[in-house]
Amino acid sequence: FYIGVFFLPHLCFTVSLYLTLSLSLGPAVCMTNCPTLIVMVGLPARGKTYISKKLTRYLNWIGVPTKEFNVGQYRRECLKIYKNFEFFRPDNEEGLKIRRQCALSALNDVRQYLCMEGGQVAVFDATNTTRERRDTITRFAEQNGFKVFFVESVCEDPDVIAENIVQVKLGSPDYIDCNTEEAVADFMKRIKCYENSYQPLDEGLDRELSYIKIMDVGRRYLVNRVLDHIQSRIVYYLMNIHITPRSIYLCRHGESDLNVRGRIGGDSGLTSRGKEYAKSLGHFIQEQNIKDLKVWTSQMKRTIQTAEALAVPYEQWKALNEIDAGVCEEMMYEEIQEHFPLEFALRDQDKYRYRYPKGESYEDLVQRLEPVIMELERQENVLVICHQAVMRCLLAYFLDKSAEELPYLKCPLHTVLKLTPVAYGCKVESIFLNVEAVNTHRDKPENVDISRPTEEALLTVPAHQ
Amino acid sequence: DPEKVKKKKFWWFTNSPTVIVMVGLPARGKTYISKKLARYLNWIGVNTAVFNLGQYRREAVQTYKNYEFFRPDNEEAMKIRRNCASNALTDIGAYFTKEQGQVAVFDATNTTRERRGLILSFAKEKGYKVFFVESVCDDPDIIEQNIMQVKLSSPDYENCDKEEALEDFLKRIECYKMTYVPLDEEKDRHLSYIKIFNVGSRYLVNRVQDHIQSRIVYYLMNIHVTPRSIYLSRHGESDLNLLGRIGGDSGLSTRGQMYASALAAFVQSQSIRDLKVWTSHMKRTIQTAEALGVPYEQWKALNEIDAGMCEEMTYEEIQGHHPEEFALRDQDKYRYRYPKGESYEDMVHRLEPVIMELERQENVLVICHQAVMRCLLAYFLDKSADELPYLRCPLHTVLKLTPVAYGCKVESIFLNVQAVNTHREKPPNVDINRKTEDALQTVPEHV
Repeated sequence: FYIGVFFLPHLCFTVSLYLTLSLSLGPAVCMTNCPTLIVMVGLPARGKTYISKKLTRYLNWIGVPTKEFNVGQYRRECLKIYKNFEFFRPDNEEGLKIRRQCALSALNDVRQYLCMEGGQVAVFDATNTTRERRDTITRFAEQNGFKVFFVESVCEDPDVIAENIVQVKLGSPDYIDCNTEEAVADFMKRIKCYENSYQPLDEGLDRELSYIKIMDVGRRYLVNRVLDHIQSRIVYYLMNIHITPRSIYLCRHGESDLNVRGRIGGDSGLTSRGKEYAKSLGHFIQEQNIKDLKVWTSQMKRTIQTAEALAVPYEQWKALNEIDAGVCEEMMYEEIQEHFPLEFALRDQDKYRYRYPKGESYEDLVQRLEPVIMELERQENVLVICHQAVMRCLLAYFLDKSAEELPYLKCPLHTVLKLTPVAYGCKVESIFLNVEAVNTHRDKPENVDISRPTEEALLTVPAHQ
Repeated sequence: DPEKVKKKKFWWFTNSPTVIVMVGLPARGKTYISKKLARYLNWIGVNTAVFNLGQYRREAVQTYKNYEFFRPDNEEAMKIRRNCASNALTDIGAYFTKEQGQVAVFDATNTTRERRGLILSFAKEKGYKVFFVESVCDDPDIIEQNIMQVKLSSPDYENCDKEEALEDFLKRIECYKMTYVPLDEEKDRHLSYIKIFNVGSRYLVNRVQDHIQSRIVYYLMNIHVTPRSIYLSRHGESDLNLLGRIGGDSGLSTRGQMYASALAAFVQSQSIRDLKVWTSHMKRTIQTAEALGVPYEQWKALNEIDAGMCEEMTYEEIQGHHPEEFALRDQDKYRYRYPKGESYEDMVHRLEPVIMELERQENVLVICHQAVMRCLLAYFLDKSADELPYLRCPLHTVLKLTPVAYGCKVESIFLNVQAVNTHREKPPNVDINRKTEDALQTVPEHV
């Protein structure tokens, strides 16, 4: 580690940490001298929270500590009970006071997160529709040494807005005791309250600001003054996501010869049960009647053989290859414990960051899977036939799992996970295709000490031949 | 069944060829963007060619007299220019169908809706996708800088002095201004395009259709024209270098450490503003950077090519244990993948984020490895896949790359510390049945 600490004399109480780490990701992403404050802008029901949550999930997955701060939640905590749209009337003095308080309270928490809790990006999710409010935020950011990047969502399509309201607003705590008609009517009046004072980001007046204006759910973008790498990545990400309904199917290859022998890695072919699974998968796909399904595999035999049975075109990605276990390739856990007991324990201590000698870590995997995720975002219906560690990384992205949980996600053989984006998250359906297979999931053992006895190291190894 | 398997090495798969259509007044950077974009796309494996209308015109007209050729009321010239455009489009068609081209960049002003309509009809008829790249700039300093850098040396102005050339070119721009219709947010809302304002301070992106267009937009949004230099160097000589062994993760030899000190002195002497230093995760580059006494960043992506089963072997040993592999590698060094290792082609893929970040940055020193440096150099100097694996990147030599006009100036600076030669030329005999002496003919000397 090399750590240098620089004090920026013109910013009070601000310390920048300049770290040189063993980084698996492009260093610029982790080496932002200043934290970034992303400020959402837009009328209600324009997808601000959807974008905030998705962007936060993506940034955390690629290793940039990010948190979203939703002012609506602060308001709900303050107010306890939401009566109706009148709270949002621009002439409601009391309402305005409370809303202003909430915004400041949220900004305070942003400061706490970015300055004291090691956060790198904070997403400030609110309407921020007036220039006055945005100026307040910009001043706040300047005082604290944060970079500001605005993300404005502009949409006039009544169908999109209506769909939005149905998907996420009706289920909001605000409308818990209302029927659908009442809720919709009230929400539309709420939007009206904002419309009169809405000052969109202006090409002329706001030309010194850094922002992306997303128009009509991504048909058109206006990008102004991208300052650094993280903003460039954010823009790239936002320009690749869409909201067209679709499903992503994740599964592993069929059971392989090395699987049944309890050996990790390698490049073996399918067992007879594995081949049966491939056939079942073919039938399953047929039954699902999926529109324009794309099928992706890795470049390893076992995923390719699985795809072959589907009798449809498929694409091979080297990036989907299983984690490289380096010197431990094709070993059983018992052999790893015998030959490399220290490494085996270190891996149990920090399975996400641990890198096999001459191999990879889960952290490395996430980095090489990033283009796969980006392309999955661009695509519609896709079936990804991959491997255990790879599937854990992809699943963690879609289900927002932490680096601690990721390496222990359960991804059994012969089971398809169907992920369907819904509201602010992802619905998961787990479909076991009724062909038996070995279990390859090794839980974290209780004793991860480097001097642990062999039995304790091997306690959680699944049974094999 | 080869029909069923679409084996993709990288993640883009252009079903239909794409025509990128540049739009903009003269001296707005269209040719600069065209050439840079083509260089990037070719490097990542997308066959791309630039079709510069100015060249077609020079071939048709032979001698350029003055700006009057470009007057909108010059009927004769208009006919010639329209013909040239037609010919260029025909050549684009041929490039796609006969030369496996995937992307064609049509580098011309394309400033009228009529001309753009012609291209759209052509593309629609043939089933090509169209993506417009418009460069809009009204900063007179940038425009003049442009003219000075690339126009004055154009064949059009061979026999003119600077003032004459500048004056004529400015009148040329005026000719186009009269009929210039920029892409319109309303009228052209069904087209796919990116509008670049003032060299990248602002972009308008409309209807990105597919992955390749998305990558093009991302690339265009990351490049800049701020003057800077990129310094490429390998680590100092390593212990394995001395033994003639490839790969591995050894430390620096004594001479290697001397190089590191010399590199530090060199960097100091250059007085480089805000220099960023990057290394790989391997000992030998890190040890080299340590001697500089400045902060540096480690990239796993900069690690040397993984030689798989041949890691830490000498070429003699590879010939001894895997003679067939050794020959196959000589037959196609770019695509050959070491068993359980990588190919140069794989490396280009993993270096792409490094290139993207290099584009975003300004002054950078990259301390890396032989194969890695060849890949990076090939990107900056537009070397083909065939040339790439044989580019010379000797130890203890810094390559200083400075973008200039449409390309890159290269200065090679040997830092006066001796080192072994690690460059193995392609031997004349690449047959798998060749004799050992033939296989080892070009192996450089070692301990």
